[in-house]
Amino acid sequence: MSLLHRLRDGTVNLYWLRSLVPFAAAGAAFLVGAVMLAALGTNPLQAYGALIQGAFGSVNSLADTIVKATPLLFVGAGICVAFRGGMINIGGEGQMVVGALAGAITALSLPTWPSWALIPLCLTAGFLGGALWGTVPGLLKAYLNVNEILTTIMMNGIAVQLMNYLLSGPIMDPVQVQQKSFIPQTAQLPDASFLPRLAPTRLNLGVGLAVVVAILVWFLLWRTTWGYRIRAVGLNPQASRRAGIRVERYAALAMILAGALAGLAGVTQVIGVNHRLFTDGSATGFTGGAGFNGIVAALFGQLHPLGSIPASVLFGALIVGANKMQRVVQVPTALITALNGLVVVFVVASEIWRRRLAAREELAHTPFEARITDQAEAGRT
Amino acid sequence: MSELLTPAILVGIVTSGIRLATPYLYATIGETFGQLSGVLNLGVEGIMLMGAFAAFLVTLNTGNLWLGLLAAILVGALMGLAMAFISVTLKAEQGISGIGVYLFGLGMSDLLFQKMVGHVATVSGFPSLTIPGLSQIPYLGQLFFKHNLLVYFAYLLVPVAWFVINKTTWGLKIKAVGQNPAAADSLGVSVNAVRYASVTFGGVMSGVAGASLSIGLLNVFQQNLTSGMGFIAVALVYFGGWSPWGVLGGSLLFSTVNALQNWVQVANLPIPSDFAVMMPYVLTILALVFAVRRVSQPAALTKTYDRGES
Repeated sequence: MSLLHRLRDGTVNLYWLRSLVPFAAAGAAFLVGAVMLAALGTNPLQAYGALIQGAFGSVNSLADTIVKATPLLFVGAGICVAFRGGMINIGGEGQMVVGALAGAITALSLPTWPSWALIPLCLTAGFLGGALWGTVPGLLKAYLNVNEILTTIMMNGIAVQLMNYLLSGPIMDPVQVQQKSFIPQTAQLPDASFLPRLAPTRLNLGVGLAVVVAILVWFLLWRTTWGYRIRAVGLNPQASRRAGIRVERYAALAMILAGALAGLAGVTQVIGVNHRLFTDGSATGFTGGAGFNGIVAALFGQLHPLGSIPASVLFGALIVGANKMQRVVQVPTALITALNGLVVVFVVASEIWRRRLAAREELAHTPFEARITDQAEAGRT
Repeated sequence: MSELLTPAILVGIVTSGIRLATPYLYATIGETFGQLSGVLNLGVEGIMLMGAFAAFLVTLNTGNLWLGLLAAILVGALMGLAMAFISVTLKAEQGISGIGVYLFGLGMSDLLFQKMVGHVATVSGFPSLTIPGLSQIPYLGQLFFKHNLLVYFAYLLVPVAWFVINKTTWGLKIKAVGQNPAAADSLGVSVNAVRYASVTFGGVMSGVAGASLSIGLLNVFQQNLTSGMGFIAVALVYFGGWSPWGVLGGSLLFSTVNALQNWVQVANLPIPSDFAVMMPYVLTILALVFAVRRVSQPAALTKTYDRGES
């Protein structure tokens, strides 16, 4: 009866339409991408074909796609917490870097420890390193109202220089110093710190952890008091305060958790994939831009940690497929960066239609008498 | 220390500080207008990169610097207009859409550079204009009167912007729309038109800021040429308290720290250069902390305006 009722007044259709909006927006972004490809003298179908084949064409490429999706999911899950708590975290890059540094230093200082102790310790170090990098902007925003967008961006710059300093000095590979080649990188981490791999691919336990973290974030946000308070603070800080929630505390917590999860993205990249930390002088040299692209994935997943799972795979696929596309149709991988930018813009801009559909849906659910009263109330103010 | 910091070196540092403030000045003045009208354009970095590339490409192919500058202006206007459409008409969350514009500019400028130039190239940018007479004054001559045209324009822009913001109806409208859009609307000011104009102007200035690097100061283009200057510029607008003189101070402070950091690297001081490079970021955070206590931001900044018709 209930479903029949909803079908009749059209709310089911509206609901589906509403969840389709981000997909339509991303589709539009890819369409613009196709026009750009055509303008560059490339057949868009051939280019996108190469991209899909490069990302999913073989077991190895599929594994690579999942490996690239892993940091996106960690960062994306953190972004869900931050954005739901009203904190805009642009600091994923720096938080990843510091998490990776903390994890690498831990692994290098304890070369004789067994895996069962070293791996959890490295992960904890990465978690705490990222959390530290989220704490500064989190506290500054919550207690002093300093714009967190700007501070997180600045923290990225500080993290990169910290990494460059440490890798070209205190934790530089002793072999590099001996041979006087001075390549800024650490020695290879002890084997015991490596996350287990599914040989012969590069697929490692990191992705499993990321999925578990995404589920935990869902549980936190929608099944615990803390999560409820974080979301309440994000939706309406004034009302939350009146309801007795310590707004500052939960806003800061949202940013700190986002940093911690980005820190996990960094450390799993080191102990799961690279097995050492190196720098080309920029953050993206290490992160591959995951600190930014995790935002894209989270937005595309509608700021839902479980939605971020397929979204991360999609954007991981773009990164892996881009290399194949570069080889087959000679389009630089920079196209994917531009395309990700377009996806962000289109998805954020399409929110207006999602909101409108939501408003119509609500209206359809509201009994007729209530609508009349609502209008009367609105007229009075 | 004393033999390292001779008067000549000091003049050199301040001179390059004055010169390096140029891109910050264009970007911050443009962004000041946008933010005063209530729109935070976080895409400055992306627009700067596109402007820098457009100016570089056109100058490389035509040899005409003015055409290059025009290209940067057009690209900046186009991207500013797009940002206005996204923020004002589509009411998108400004902090996030700006990141999209940044990523787009970062990828697109790199893509086009690889496709259309594809190799390291330099152009001969705007030449230094030595002002006769004045440039002969010891120290002062070098400090103030031996820069290229884009540098002089940038400093000229500061009093002009101050005048427009504080002494014209336009400035009044911009501030009204940024403080209380509903009140401005009820007095017949078109909130959307003012915001479109302000954000588009900000885009133009960001484009010029990029050009001032690629055909004025560095005379090259490469991937991520601006390396974060656009983001620092956005922060400087907060730091400068949304006033042209304030952002002038902030820009100069930053560019001088940059120049000092270059000197630290060259002079081989016992400070790791990484920490010198880190300073501007630390300084920005500190500046933001103190700026917050000094002046309050435009009341409607990042808030979209809805007339409330349904």
